[in-house]
Amino acid sequence: MKILVAVKRVIDYNVQIRVKEDETGVHTDNVKMSTNPPDDNAVEEAVKLKESGKAKEVVAITVGEEKAQETIRKALAVGVDRGIHIKTEGYIEPLGVAKILKKIVEKEKPDLVFMGKQAIDDDCNQTGQMLAAILGWAQGTFASKIELKDKAIQVTREVDEGLETLEINLPAIVTCDLRLNEPRYASLPNIMKAKKKPIEQLVAKDLGIDIANRIQQTKVEEPPKRKGGVKVASVAELVSKLKNEAKVI
Amino acid sequence: MSVLLIAEHDNSNLKVLTLNAINAASKIDSDIHVLVAGNKCESVSKEVAAVPLVKKVLQSESANYENYLAENLTPLVVKLAEKYTHIIASANTFGKNFMPRVAALLDTSQVSDIIKINSTDTFIRPIYAGNAFATVKSSDKKKCITIRPTSFDPAPTSGGEARIEKIEATDTPNISKFIKKEETKSERPELGTARVVISGGRGMQSGDNFKLINAIADKLNAAVGASRAAVDAGYISNDHQVGQTGKVVVPDLYIAVGISGAIQHLAGMKESKVIVAINKDGEAPIFSIADYGLEADLFEALPKFLEELNKLNTIQK
Repeated sequence: MKILVAVKRVIDYNVQIRVKEDETGVHTDNVKMSTNPPDDNAVEEAVKLKESGKAKEVVAITVGEEKAQETIRKALAVGVDRGIHIKTEGYIEPLGVAKILKKIVEKEKPDLVFMGKQAIDDDCNQTGQMLAAILGWAQGTFASKIELKDKAIQVTREVDEGLETLEINLPAIVTCDLRLNEPRYASLPNIMKAKKKPIEQLVAKDLGIDIANRIQQTKVEEPPKRKGGVKVASVAELVSKLKNEAKVI
Repeated sequence: MSVLLIAEHDNSNLKVLTLNAINAASKIDSDIHVLVAGNKCESVSKEVAAVPLVKKVLQSESANYENYLAENLTPLVVKLAEKYTHIIASANTFGKNFMPRVAALLDTSQVSDIIKINSTDTFIRPIYAGNAFATVKSSDKKKCITIRPTSFDPAPTSGGEARIEKIEATDTPNISKFIKKEETKSERPELGTARVVISGGRGMQSGDNFKLINAIADKLNAAVGASRAAVDAGYISNDHQVGQTGKVVVPDLYIAVGISGAIQHLAGMKESKVIVAINKDGEAPIFSIADYGLEADLFEALPKFLEELNKLNTIQK
């Protein structure tokens, strides 16, 4: 079995983002970047399947600018075999990314594609589902548990009401929730070893597919600021204010 | 222009978030048709038909639609989409699951999780977990949109008499099957939709101390949340996590207890209508966004809080 894992480079989840003064986006210069958190879970799950002998090869793929390779190096350092970097300039919408991934899936022929359920920058939550649709594959989204069966995979999904379990045929797409596993840290020797693992680089515009964006971001602004609140002196005052002033209890 | 809205239900009752989506859709166009796809779901169609904002109900029944498998629902929506300019669903796990499939097959770039409608093609949506709002303009001929339910009020539910039209089910690919659903058995409301949320942070010092929070949650009919720090410390399971990498909540009342207010946590709750912070560190960043801040030791404040609540004659549920 072969697994393809898609990873994305995003602003680190601990960074307070700053909206640009001209309202065209957010500042990314000199900002700490890292792998999208649930993509780390996707990598971890694929590596675990390899360690247990169920998967033979795990390939990590990223779509993005030159520095996006960092996310692949990180995946290689925790046990992924090789990487593919699709170089792009600027932001590509999930539909475009899904089309790029489809092209690579057709070439690599994985049995499973893993990725995070959502990227924490654009918060779209689309790429996995879109890729599944255009490949005609089944999908298991928001996965918090998976179990491989013969020619199928059981996916337990985090849904609003609780947990839902589906059995989907292979090949399939699984988008991973944070609860799926605990991503490991890379050891220094493995980080060094990862430097020798191959990363193939392709340029998106050479793939011959239409990845033009359809959505124009006309403005990015700060959310309305909350007014500075008041400090209350006692619990009794707090409860009284909640009851009589805010009227929420 | 016309809107196709996909209803969420359990084959007997309509899920309320669909009403919020219907209200949002009405700000795009008044010609709203609602698809009720399911198995023996006639009662749901009737419920939808009674919503005054709905012009027509499209009812399609098949055992293959019973559990909303995205693979089975998508071909039906894609076929119906031919006649509509906007295809809409709620941005909960229901809409998030199938809508991108529909969008991709229509070769449309989906607009996810919108909180405001500026015009028929321009919307506002939060990015970076609500730390920025993006105004986006879609150039696609057909628009696939998911609506953040908490940003729109629910549509009124009675007085309407929309026509119910039966639609034939389409072929389904049979590549996925439903095994089971385990609904979280909690006496408390769901974190994502609760009117009141009370969350504990590292200041709780142990999982056992969450009983102080639980007691208040029971009293207020609140959901219990937690900061990532509390989850990482093992005080509480991670399905309670509120924040950028956890759940984003927008309750009427959010009570943060022993939470300092890390960016990652604020991203998940700062849109709440009223925020209360209880923390012994008066300099904690959480106070800068709290409507009511109480600088106090939570181990003294929480029992006192419960005591004060017990004194009230009525508490909103």
